[in-house]
Amino acid sequence: MPALTMSEKILAKASGNESVRPGQIVDGSVDLLYMHEMLAMALIPFGEIGTAKVWDPTKIVVTLDHWVPPPTPEIAKMHQTIRDFCRRQGIQRFHDVGDHGIVHQLIAERGYAHPWDLVIGSDSHTNMVGALGAFAAGIGATDTAAVMATGRLWLRVPETIRVDIRGTLGRCTGAKDVILKVIGTTGDDGARYAAVEFAGPTVGALPMNERFVLCNMTTEMGAKVGMIAADETTKRYLAHNGLPFRPISSDDGATFAKSFAFDVDGMGPQVACPSNPANLKPVEEVQGTKIDVAFLGSCTNARIEDLRIAAELLKGEKVAPGVRFQITPASQIIYRQALEEGLIEIFMDAGATFTSSTCGPCFGGHLGTLAGDEVCISSTNRNYPGRMGSPQAQVYLASPWTVTASAIHGEITDPRKV
Amino acid sequence: MLREFRGRVWTFGDDVSTDHIIAGKYLGTTDAKVFAAHAFEAVDPTWSSKVQPGDVIVAGDNFGCGSSREQAPVALKTLGISGILANSFARIFFRNAINLGFPVLECPGLRAKVQPGDVIEVDMAGGEVRIPHGQVMRFTALPPNVLEILEAGGLVAKIRSDLSTKRS
Repeated sequence: MPALTMSEKILAKASGNESVRPGQIVDGSVDLLYMHEMLAMALIPFGEIGTAKVWDPTKIVVTLDHWVPPPTPEIAKMHQTIRDFCRRQGIQRFHDVGDHGIVHQLIAERGYAHPWDLVIGSDSHTNMVGALGAFAAGIGATDTAAVMATGRLWLRVPETIRVDIRGTLGRCTGAKDVILKVIGTTGDDGARYAAVEFAGPTVGALPMNERFVLCNMTTEMGAKVGMIAADETTKRYLAHNGLPFRPISSDDGATFAKSFAFDVDGMGPQVACPSNPANLKPVEEVQGTKIDVAFLGSCTNARIEDLRIAAELLKGEKVAPGVRFQITPASQIIYRQALEEGLIEIFMDAGATFTSSTCGPCFGGHLGTLAGDEVCISSTNRNYPGRMGSPQAQVYLASPWTVTASAIHGEITDPRKV
Repeated sequence: MLREFRGRVWTFGDDVSTDHIIAGKYLGTTDAKVFAAHAFEAVDPTWSSKVQPGDVIVAGDNFGCGSSREQAPVALKTLGISGILANSFARIFFRNAINLGFPVLECPGLRAKVQPGDVIEVDMAGGEVRIPHGQVMRFTALPPNVLEILEAGGLVAKIRSDLSTKRS
């Protein structure tokens, strides 16, 4: 048996092969298909394919996240269509408005994905779920319809790029700064079609919430999947679902198409400048840039740990006059935690806005979009023109520390100086 | 699918994202005409009224990066764009386009050799692009399984035909 990487092992298992090699096209049996409102788009090709029933309703999870609650009658109707479809198809794991979350976070926190799974999601940031040791790739509407009908998907076995991270993260510096640094080094297509595997002592020591950040933004490297070996940390995170845990890691001697090594000792906060996630500058070079909006949200950085960071910095402080600081948790579960921990009160005392969980602001959909002359610092994942609203708006991407420190000072601020 | 097409060129640069192609604020519908009407609005608000059926897009690296929104290739296909030739494509955009039976071809170096408004001829089977002044460039052949989907007219048609073969 040749030595395999994690993604090769999972694709071999999913396609019933003993081994696979990069470049090979395999027909994979899907363990989990998850969808958000794209299901409405997928229903068109699904209807054309003509299979009345989905292949296996127990392998499907659906939630509503992009437009929650629905901002227009047309979107309310779209939600109805999805609700009716899930009921008719017997999809039990439909998480309706009120029980919702940004789908990647919902999948992770409910323990729906496991190491060794072939996970397919109708969203580009499905890569996040690879932090659990799953092969988790995003697809569009027609592919989604194909999986709903057949339970299978053709996949090209990706080459694996290994990103080795060592060193100790400094104060007010975290996984977001690391991944921005990686993207700034490789470019926003540095891992096109590839699997990215994070390894090394720094990654091994990261808690799950930070591992999710790394894998989440492999999408902004063009990667098909981002993966981290499933270890004791993963096992503890998934323990609540009561299912057997089987670790996964790449074999010694597995082939990596490329390897990068990063030493994060002494690395400070990083900022991706308008209008490309790879347009990287250390915070020192952009501090003082006036902002109109600060946003803490999205599947990338709106977990409870991110909200705690914001609360710690905001306690006893005020959001700068003229700045709107919006905090949108990644799920209803996180919303409740924030409530129970008293974080929402701190946000409100500081003059920040706290909203229900949604993807809305991150993709410029609703619930906080940007005007043409606005400058925003955001904990989200993309800053292409028009991403968060007007194509003229300027978006800087940064960590929860940098976003919150900037909200307090009304300009991009090095959080280590707060 | 057209095995050969000839069209007027629109050029774009590197890292054209799905946010450039169709902004998030227009996704609250399943109506393809809405996506088409707002295509490339972030680059040129009048683009969709200037583009003609049969036109071709030629772009740089990483075309279609960003979101999984299939509305991006749907918008361009609905406008009648006959195909996209780029130095390279982002993976989800590439799959989405092929699944719609919409030709997306990797032709490294073509972008540097054409101007907006040039007329080019693409021979899918021969793997050639004829550009002005008699020059011919070759594009990277699509993998056989991808070509099969494209030639079936998209993934839905392919699956329908596979399912009926299985039944018969």
